[in-house]
Amino acid sequence: MKQNLKIVVLAKQVPDTRNVGKDAMTPEGTVNRAALPAIFNPEDLNALELALSLKDRTEGSTVHILTMGPQRAADIIRDAMFRGADGGYLLSGREFAGSDTLATSYALSCALKKINPDVIIAGRQAIDGDTAQVGPQVAEKLGLPQVTYAEEIVEIKESTLVVKRRIEGGYEVVECPVPAVITVNASAAPCRPRNAKRVMTYKYALCRSEIAAAPESEAAQRVAAKPYLQIVEWAAAEVDPDPAQLGLQGSPTKVKRIENVVFQAKEAKRLTAADEDINSLMVELIASHTLG
Amino acid sequence: MNNIFVYIELEGGKVADVSLELLTKGRELAATQGVRLEAVVIGSGVAGLETELAKYGADTVWVADDEIFAPFRTLPHTAVMCGLIEQEKPQIVLFGATCIGRDFAPRVSSALHSGLTADCTQLVIGDHKDAKTGKEYTDLLYQIRPAFGGNIIATIVNPDHRPQMATVREGVMRKEYAAQPAAGEVRAIDWKKYVKDSDLAVRIVERQIEERKIDIKGASIIVAGGYGMGSKENFKLVHELADVLGAEVGASRAAVDAGFTEHERQVGQTGVTVRPKLYIACGISGQIQHTAGMEESSMVISINNDPEAPINKIADYAITGDVNEIIPKMIKYYKQNSK
Repeated sequence: MKQNLKIVVLAKQVPDTRNVGKDAMTPEGTVNRAALPAIFNPEDLNALELALSLKDRTEGSTVHILTMGPQRAADIIRDAMFRGADGGYLLSGREFAGSDTLATSYALSCALKKINPDVIIAGRQAIDGDTAQVGPQVAEKLGLPQVTYAEEIVEIKESTLVVKRRIEGGYEVVECPVPAVITVNASAAPCRPRNAKRVMTYKYALCRSEIAAAPESEAAQRVAAKPYLQIVEWAAAEVDPDPAQLGLQGSPTKVKRIENVVFQAKEAKRLTAADEDINSLMVELIASHTLG
Repeated sequence: MNNIFVYIELEGGKVADVSLELLTKGRELAATQGVRLEAVVIGSGVAGLETELAKYGADTVWVADDEIFAPFRTLPHTAVMCGLIEQEKPQIVLFGATCIGRDFAPRVSSALHSGLTADCTQLVIGDHKDAKTGKEYTDLLYQIRPAFGGNIIATIVNPDHRPQMATVREGVMRKEYAAQPAAGEVRAIDWKKYVKDSDLAVRIVERQIEERKIDIKGASIIVAGGYGMGSKENFKLVHELADVLGAEVGASRAAVDAGFTEHERQVGQTGVTVRPKLYIACGISGQIQHTAGMEESSMVISINNDPEAPINKIADYAITGDVNEIIPKMIKYYKQNSK
């Protein structure tokens, strides 16, 4: 494999839907999305680790994050830099609002054409939608082969990567030419922790709109003096898209209706651990042929 | 034209259950629309499968049969599927939400610039009025799916793009023979028109697949254990009760993550969906991610030391107390009364 690989990790900042605590529930028993903490999508962290390990094994390679989202999504780019990424790109703008997976993939593919990476690595899916569609759709938009559910890069060859992927009932090892898109499973290696020294350096990294919000600040001047602290931020027009394929109008799927799931409480028959309670329950279940 | 396509997934030469479930659903959708149900088989050595597909209602069975199609690889399957869809212009295309369906259906949707909804739990035909333009649409496919970790249920439509595509989770729809077998007329796909050499660029070096040993989907009774079982040792009680009742063992994600039992037993959003006639939840609190996979059980018994556990809201019987005391009593009184 040639050296100096340009590796891009597709990542997303997501609301933490896995642990919906009592604070995040409304009195009606539905989820208050705004109350959920915004986190680095878990499988994108697995993707970052796969990227960093590929960088470690190929001299002169770089790892950059590409994310689409609001200004605060720069947080996950900084987090990735704390863990070993060299930098990142934030794709941000109201043109992207309302994107379904296809419009998202299109926007990312426009940015990727500009970056022109050798390897694109993404988490299998994001926990807010669980669709697993963006990775394969980005691959198609760029005309690249894809390897989904990757766990490990087994071997780096002259012009191909040998990748182990987890599939139903077992695994498969495939050899894929690069450039390619790889999506990574939660069963892959967890991401390395933040490095204290890198945290000290990169906590000052800022994107354009963060600098614009306080141009005279010390932080903004620090970024001006140290270009490696600059997180690249692109608005829609800067990635040369066909505007008709962006955002809501570029999305073939439309959300017709959203229903909050509310537990429909039904009246459970309450029993205790007392012998007579358990005995009568078993008698009842046998009599009704529910059991044996 | 404008028929309904179901992509047929093959597991070791056999048709996957999820594909038969999709044919069962597809048959119902085709009947409401007055169109044909068409199965698409892309594989190697697939002659003869049409008999089974016809029993599930496939009027037509499209076949691309060649060594290059097995085992599954993304690019050749995508090329054939896209070519056939452009030729036949189906209105709806359904895939299983499996490793295979979730790998290549997005790619097909991107190539055709058509919408795809992942992991649907329900498919219904209905009308739609665009809130902004006021434009009215008839007979769209409502693609209904949980999102946001199961906390919301979204209904998705593709008003202006065809085909309307969806993946559907295994086990959420019923699998039933048609009252009368359909024709199952075999038609060869002219796949050489669609597959390019570059589609064969990814090479499978090694493949290790074991047949599924554990399959709790079809069980009529499930005894499931959660994190509240406390330990792997205590989890054996769940197995003991299941053995006595002739049941399968299920588990919550927390119990699987804690290493109490195998992942194949996990019920819920990231596991399997089950609908047994009796579901006994032992030490399971009832997070929505779990209940999404078992709430259609005919009867639910919960055993939990917390009387306020969410699982009790969907339980028919809620036993409050210590699982380690209650399960042995259930075994004892079942044995006493069943003789």
